[in-house]
Amino acid sequence: MNKVVSKEFFSENVVRLEIEAPRIAKARRAGHFVILRVDEKGERIPLTISGSNVAKGTITLVIQRVGVTSRKLAELEPGDMITDLVGPLGQATDVKKAGTILACGGGVGVAPLLPIVEANKKAGNRVISIIAARSKDLIILEDQIREFSDEVIVMTDDGSYGEKGLITEGMERVIKREKVDEAVIIGPAIMMKFAAEVTRKYEIPSIASLNTIMVDGTGMCGACRVTVDGKTKFVCVDGPEFDAHKVDFDEMLMRLSGYKDFEKDANDRYLNQHK
Amino acid sequence: MDKQDMLKQERDAAWRKELRAKIKNKERTGFERVKMPEADPIERSHSYVEVNSGLSAGEAVLEAQRCLDCANPTCIQGCPVEINIPKFIKNIEREEFLEAAKVLKETSALPAVCGRVCPQEKQCEATCFYTQKLNKPAIAIGYLERFAADYERESGNISVPEVAESKNIKVACIGSGPAGLSFSGDMAKLGYDVTVFEALHQIGGVLKYGIPEFRLPNEVVDVEIENLKKMGVKFETNFIVGKTATVEDLKEEGFEAFFVGSGAGLPRFMGIPGENLVGILSSNEYLTRVNLMEANKNETDTPILKGKRVAVIGGGNTAMDSVRTALRLGAEKAMIIYRRSEEEMPARVEEIKHAKEEGVEFMNLQNPIEYIGDSKGYVRQARIQRMELGEPDSSGRRRPVPVVGSEYLLDVDTVVVSVGVSPNPLIPQSLPDLKTTDWSTLVVDDESLQTSVPFMFAGGDIVRGGATVILAMGDGRKAAKAMDAKFSGTFKSETVTDSN
Ligand SMILES: Cc1cc2nc3c(=O)[nH]c(=O)nc-3n(C[C@H](O)[C@H](O)[C@H](O)COP(=O)(O)OP(=O)(O)OC[C@H]3O[C@@H](n4cnc5c(N)ncnc54)[C@H](O)[C@@H]3O)c2cc1C
Ligand SMILES: Cc1cc2nc3c(=O)[nH]c(=O)nc-3n(C[C@H](O)[C@H](O)[C@H](O)COP(=O)(O)OP(=O)(O)OC[C@H]3O[C@@H](n4cnc5c(N)ncnc54)[C@H](O)[C@@H]3O)c2cc1C
Ligand code: SF4
Ligand code: FES
Repeated sequence: MNKVVSKEFFSENVVRLEIEAPRIAKARRAGHFVILRVDEKGERIPLTISGSNVAKGTITLVIQRVGVTSRKLAELEPGDMITDLVGPLGQATDVKKAGTILACGGGVGVAPLLPIVEANKKAGNRVISIIAARSKDLIILEDQIREFSDEVIVMTDDGSYGEKGLITEGMERVIKREKVDEAVIIGPAIMMKFAAEVTRKYEIPSIASLNTIMVDGTGMCGACRVTVDGKTKFVCVDGPEFDAHKVDFDEMLMRLSGYKDFEKDANDRYLNQHK
Repeated sequence: MDKQDMLKQERDAAWRKELRAKIKNKERTGFERVKMPEADPIERSHSYVEVNSGLSAGEAVLEAQRCLDCANPTCIQGCPVEINIPKFIKNIEREEFLEAAKVLKETSALPAVCGRVCPQEKQCEATCFYTQKLNKPAIAIGYLERFAADYERESGNISVPEVAESKNIKVACIGSGPAGLSFSGDMAKLGYDVTVFEALHQIGGVLKYGIPEFRLPNEVVDVEIENLKKMGVKFETNFIVGKTATVEDLKEEGFEAFFVGSGAGLPRFMGIPGENLVGILSSNEYLTRVNLMEANKNETDTPILKGKRVAVIGGGNTAMDSVRTALRLGAEKAMIIYRRSEEEMPARVEEIKHAKEEGVEFMNLQNPIEYIGDSKGYVRQARIQRMELGEPDSSGRRRPVPVVGSEYLLDVDTVVVSVGVSPNPLIPQSLPDLKTTDWSTLVVDDESLQTSVPFMFAGGDIVRGGATVILAMGDGRKAAKAMDAKFSGTFKSETVTDSN
């Protein structure tokens, strides 16, 4: 059981939870995630640790409301308990001094991007961050990203905030303007696919952090498997970060939709009960 | 006194002699082997009730009368942990059921579990005098073991073992499968302060997330866990040693010795084209969704694919559990696809029998070589190749070889891959000094089960690869004994590294 300590809505559908988990707060590094089960009937879902406070013994998660579990999480209040929380999971980001880093975050992908941006800045890199979303209210963590970036470009599909356009356009502009040594790409699978195409074109080494479906998060089930460089990998133990140019994003997109109908049913059922 | 003399002395007890004299051997061998009462195949294949309902006291006593209380009880040699089989069976014959349970517990930490899941036909029942010399069905040793253990549990008289005075030594057990549970019980009895760390949110390892309710009800395992708690064993779930805290961290917190029972939880896939299509999953995922996450129940959030045409690849217990789970989830056609013949199947014979009764189709000597999906990426067909048996391979089983030109397409909407597991790498990854084999199992000293790291012992599937509950249980007990000897200064075996 882990207690929710504080809560803040970034927008209608994006919430930040601070949760008591002293051991995880201490052990976690940038790139790590947790798996949680919100209540006895809940499913296990993965969420990136977006920050931690070792002194307070807390970690922060940023959650986008998309289905049952994320809804249940968004409804928790300080003092409420999360039934199960395990971590830190996955391989930590390999942060080193590389020069100029282009950090690209789409939608709620900005949450997992934040600790990587922070770690890269602290490692002495020049960090240019591009954060993008469909519209203004979906742009999250802008101030926190600014704190650790040399430059921040904000983009929205509809132009309601920052520049109008897709993240790939912003990326190309930066790449044409100056030498980029590495790129980090995190967001919806479809965005990662196209962003990776851009950096491939300019031969910029890139990593993507994959958000596949997971169950246990310890390598036990294979639900999270993806094909990287022609080989099957388990995202929870081998990842979540991989060479973006070697990931089979089409297969990943296909696998993500595997339980769509069930997710919709569970979500409808939940909404019906809570009308 | 050596083991043989001990057995002999016990066999010479007055009550045993009296029992032997009561019924003539000729009469005993004339009795028919008891039949296990079972739930109706059609009904049970749509529910999660336990298939075997257990013997009544009367049935158990009758079966116990068949046992000849042999002077040379060969059954014991077949038991991996050498349970004193005639002694417990004769206690059933004289209706001292609690006493029978006590005999079992001298050697086995989990008799109610082992009575249900041990491959008895390959172990004690294979070496029983009836099988070997009389060419008759063996004594139903497994059924009797289950009977005695269930009797004790249901009587409410379950004995919580006495715990020795506290030694104030903290030891850690990594993993809560049968190896870890039995290690912890023995160490608690000896007065050690034991904490079990478990990665998942439930305690029990494969007994909980793998083996289904219809074969091993959770309640049976929970009673054992409750007992351990009463003995002072502490459990920390959601705790991955090597991630949540390292072994070094735990040492700093005062843990002086470790037992690794982290199992062989990693599923293998075949690496054939199309295997990552939607609808193809490992048996671990399939069974975990149902057994751990209860995805079969409407009120839970975890989804499960309720396929109509389900193919399960493999012939072990895991494959049988998966295919029978598929039926319970509503499959119209549940198929086992196995590349050898039924004779080579590693599954318990009882599971194969039950699966057949429930309507599972066995497609033996066949193997998938490719999966074909629709435009959305859902699996629709499997390309199957027929096989024939060739020369024996390293396992002694005849090697399956493909029959040229035999390929055909089979319609499927769900495929469960159940072709084996590999050891969990989390612990070795976090401990570079820990020696592993080429198969990623841990290297241990045969006698003491100590690893290459002093004060770290290991047993169960992490050492053996995918093995059995009884072997894991036996390892846990053996390691406890060795660890205690290490603390008491009577430890004999060297560590694996010491000898280098
Ligand atoms: C390593 C990792 C880190 C992650 N970090 C975060 C994070 O920091 N914040 C966050 O909000 N989410 C994160 N995710 C995604 C998050 O796990 C899913 O959004 C969550 O499982 C959805 O659960 P649900 O029950 O609310 O929705 P569901 O009912 O399961 O799904 C609702 C909808 O969301 C889509 N969906 C389901 N799972 C995913 C997924 N993994 N990725 C994208 N879409 C999905 C479904 O297709 C469906 O349309 C991460 C995933 C992984 C693997
Ligand atoms: C579906 C299925 C059916 C089976 N049927 C039978 C049968 O009928 N008869 C039989 O004899 N055998 C059967 N087996 C095999 C048997 O279950 C195993 O041999 C046995 O459970 C091994 O026990 P163990 O204690 O070594 O490991 P496990 O039972 O695998 O338990 C290991 C535990 O350690 C945990 N763990 C792993 N790493 C860490 C870590 N770093 N920190 C904390 N915890 C960790 C895991 O989460 C797990 O709970 C079956 C197996 C399966 C999967
Ligand atoms: S070998 Fe068979 S008959 Fe003889 S003691 Fe063992 S169980 Fe009884
Ligand atoms: S989530 Fe189960 S193996 Fe990765």
